[in-house]
Amino acid sequence: MKYAYYPGCSLERNSAAYDVSVRQVADLLGIKLVELDDWNCCGATEFFSQDELVATSVIARNLALVDSQLNQLVAPCAACYLNLSKTDRLMAEHPHMNDKVNQCLAAGGLNYKPGSVRVRHILDVIYTDIGETAIRDKVVRPLTNLRIAPYYGCQVVRPDVAFDNPEYPMKMDELFQWVGAEVVDYPVKAHCCSGHMTQISEPQAYELIRRLLASAAEYKADMILCMCPMCQLNLDAYQAATNKYFGTNYKIPIIFFTQLLGVAFGLDTKKLGFGKEIVAAEPVLQSKLGANAAV
Amino acid sequence: MAEKVGIYVCHCGSNIAGMVDVEEVAKWAGANIPDVVVSRDYKFMCSSLGQQMIEDDIKKEGLTRVVVGACSPHLHEKTFRRACSNAGMNPYLCQMTNLREHVSWVAVDRSAATLKAKALVSASAERVKMQKPLEPMSVKVNPATLVIGGGIAGLQATLELADAGYHVYLVEREPSIGGHMAQFDKTFPTLDCSACILTPKMSEVGQHENVTMMTYAEVEEVSGSVGEFTVKIRKRARYVEYAPCTGCGICIEKCPQKVVDTVFEAGLGYRKAIYTPFPQAVPRVPVIDVDNCRWFKQQKCKVCQKLCPTNAINYDQQDEVVEIKVGNIIAATGWKMFESKGLPQYGYGRLANVFTSLEFERLCNSAGPTNGKIVLRDGKTEPKSVAIIHCVGSRDTNHNEYCSGICCMASLKFGHLVLEKTNAEVYSFYIDMRANQKGYEEFYQRLLAEGMNFVRGKVAEITDAARKPSEEGKLIIQCEDTLQGRQRRIPVDMVVLMGALEPQADAKETGLKLGISCSMAGWYTERHPKLDPVATMTDGVFVAGVCQGPKDIPASVAQGAAAAARVMGMITKGTVTIEPIVASVTEEECSGCKICNTMCPYNAIEFDAAKEVSHVITALCKGCGTCVAACPAGAITGAHFNNQQIFAEIEGILWDAKPQAEPVSA
Repeated sequence: MKYAYYPGCSLERNSAAYDVSVRQVADLLGIKLVELDDWNCCGATEFFSQDELVATSVIARNLALVDSQLNQLVAPCAACYLNLSKTDRLMAEHPHMNDKVNQCLAAGGLNYKPGSVRVRHILDVIYTDIGETAIRDKVVRPLTNLRIAPYYGCQVVRPDVAFDNPEYPMKMDELFQWVGAEVVDYPVKAHCCSGHMTQISEPQAYELIRRLLASAAEYKADMILCMCPMCQLNLDAYQAATNKYFGTNYKIPIIFFTQLLGVAFGLDTKKLGFGKEIVAAEPVLQSKLGANAAV
Repeated sequence: MAEKVGIYVCHCGSNIAGMVDVEEVAKWAGANIPDVVVSRDYKFMCSSLGQQMIEDDIKKEGLTRVVVGACSPHLHEKTFRRACSNAGMNPYLCQMTNLREHVSWVAVDRSAATLKAKALVSASAERVKMQKPLEPMSVKVNPATLVIGGGIAGLQATLELADAGYHVYLVEREPSIGGHMAQFDKTFPTLDCSACILTPKMSEVGQHENVTMMTYAEVEEVSGSVGEFTVKIRKRARYVEYAPCTGCGICIEKCPQKVVDTVFEAGLGYRKAIYTPFPQAVPRVPVIDVDNCRWFKQQKCKVCQKLCPTNAINYDQQDEVVEIKVGNIIAATGWKMFESKGLPQYGYGRLANVFTSLEFERLCNSAGPTNGKIVLRDGKTEPKSVAIIHCVGSRDTNHNEYCSGICCMASLKFGHLVLEKTNAEVYSFYIDMRANQKGYEEFYQRLLAEGMNFVRGKVAEITDAARKPSEEGKLIIQCEDTLQGRQRRIPVDMVVLMGALEPQADAKETGLKLGISCSMAGWYTERHPKLDPVATMTDGVFVAGVCQGPKDIPASVAQGAAAAARVMGMITKGTVTIEPIVASVTEEECSGCKICNTMCPYNAIEFDAAKEVSHVITALCKGCGTCVAACPAGAITGAHFNNQQIFAEIEGILWDAKPQAEPVSA
């Protein structure tokens, strides 16, 4: 199975662990990811509100770069995934916008026909295209005893409804049941992580982060699994500040779901990007999985 | 001798004339279509003056064929055929052209619409010349009726017919008649006891000399047509003999196997492996649930057989298929409850104290699992606050677009019961309060006065994730209050989800058996949404109750009675006229291949082994044309739709496409 791959900016720097673990896990599962040549930033959340045409054109450039042999583009970052799929939809639904965007693309000698590339999230590819049987087959270190809280956030499941229930997603829950983890069904798994609120109003951001940590702790989760760089950053990097603000003492490792999936598949934790997180995850893996966690 | 054709183009007020130049169409037809001797337009052709005009022309001008360009034949074909018949013409020599639904109502360009109208009139004129006089057939109406479904709509229909002296076969899938109404405690807006008003009707049906009741039974196959349907009914084995059983209940009392009752008690209570769904069940003859009975599972026990004083238990009983003949059928097959797990953000199945409305009905019911006490899932704690969520699966484009109609009033009823039976605060979360029947608005005002709290807004989420100490241990309703224009979080102990009414899971399948269709949402389609609400497009098949669309008890009862009245009309008349538009086999051309025998959806074709040819049973044929198209020898002709007529129609529609003068040489 071959897909075009769009890592996005976050995965080059602060979410490097996501990038390496996605590549490792994909390789092991026979998912061939071909990185887009000369891809550019998706504009994240801000750019659309600045200039819709420029934002759409900048994103559409990436869609236009997809090799015509590969009609599927995988984006692990939630914002990239949403922007790419939203752009495709905007162009398909609004011929006027489509014309203008293609005029912009033409300046760079490019062209994009809406609908010709299917934008996929890596969770969807692993869950749907690989599926339960193949994944169970690959497990060498079952995650028995490890209680995990799958955290979906906003952008992958909403507003475009693609592969999971937008109100109460379950696909990551199921995936980690297949690899033997104890998945906690905690109620806030699709609530907001505060996004860029940390830069605007810290107390508001801390409150949103606290709710997530509190609920995961209440359900006795050993770690929270993310599928979005923003979510991971907020919960991990602002955990200490949140503790300080509320006088709490949460110490919950926040990692990307592909990192832990790699552990279950027996991959070397060093190659899965462990150690880059602020609240260390490896000690928890050691204590919960014991000798099993050793490489 | 050439036919003399009259063309009549109707204005339909401005309905047709607003988009089609009707005068031009009439003038053009008179001048251009061969054999047309009269061509007129008129304001309302269906009026008595319009009809009179056609009749006069037939007599004076000696018309032999008539074309009426007006509305759909569904509306006025009978009218114009009757007019022709009055003037001595065979009614099947009159053809209608639909210039309203097919042209003016769907067109946007007047000249294009006029052109299309001309083509359609031309097609009808060419076709009508080829039509043959036909004689309608008359069949006797069997005075017996089949009612499918023993809920309140079916019971009402059954009683109306039986009391009028006609025999009714009542078929019910569950072990007892009564339907959903038997589960309820009170009915809105009068708050009278549901069982008190329902059970007298149930026992009346059970004992009626004109009713043959078949419970725990399902319709398997329907053949024939209006006047004389043949219906096969599968009576599932009860393992209790009907005749000797006195309904004493010893078997139920002594049965050692408890089973969670997911049907009548909505999963909140228990029944035995041998059971009647509820104490007032009709009939009182129990059934054995073989999936849970110890004898059927492990060949042990037999307690019921040992203790039955009349030896009514028979473990060897088999399903029985009975065949009945009826003249008419009333489908009153009811509804099922929306599966609340389909809205996972409301937590049903995950959060213990989220209940469905049917569960809550059983909680309120004094004969229910808690003897009418409103308590939490633990079976003992009285809630201090209850939230009632409207529109769960209704008015929701992700689930059902329609309004389920009854939930607003049922919510008010629940609110009243909570206020009456507990000290709890009650919150209703509604989108719009719909109280548009007799006494409903007054009921709403009463609940406002009783202190029920109303929050206008769709609930986003029901969660147990507390944000502050006052929310600990509660279910928090997160909702936008659209009247206050702000988000609210209201902690409660108990939540009731007012699930949508949905068509039965097998509604389509049942519809196919009966030859009736479903709407996009899955409700049975009535013949006309306003003017013929209980008939269907299949003669002799009527619908009543929620299977036709969400409705409350009074409306279901009214439809049950209406359907019965329609059936009585058929029975009283005694005969029914059947369209002579049927297929026939030309024996000399039939090779006896039998392809048509299996293709006929109405089982109307028989094979004559002696002559080795197939022939059509005219009374069963609906004129669908399947066999005509399928016959490899072209030996079957569809009356009114033969090749000559169809080709003439095509040539008429292509009046402006002149054939090539010379064939193109090779």
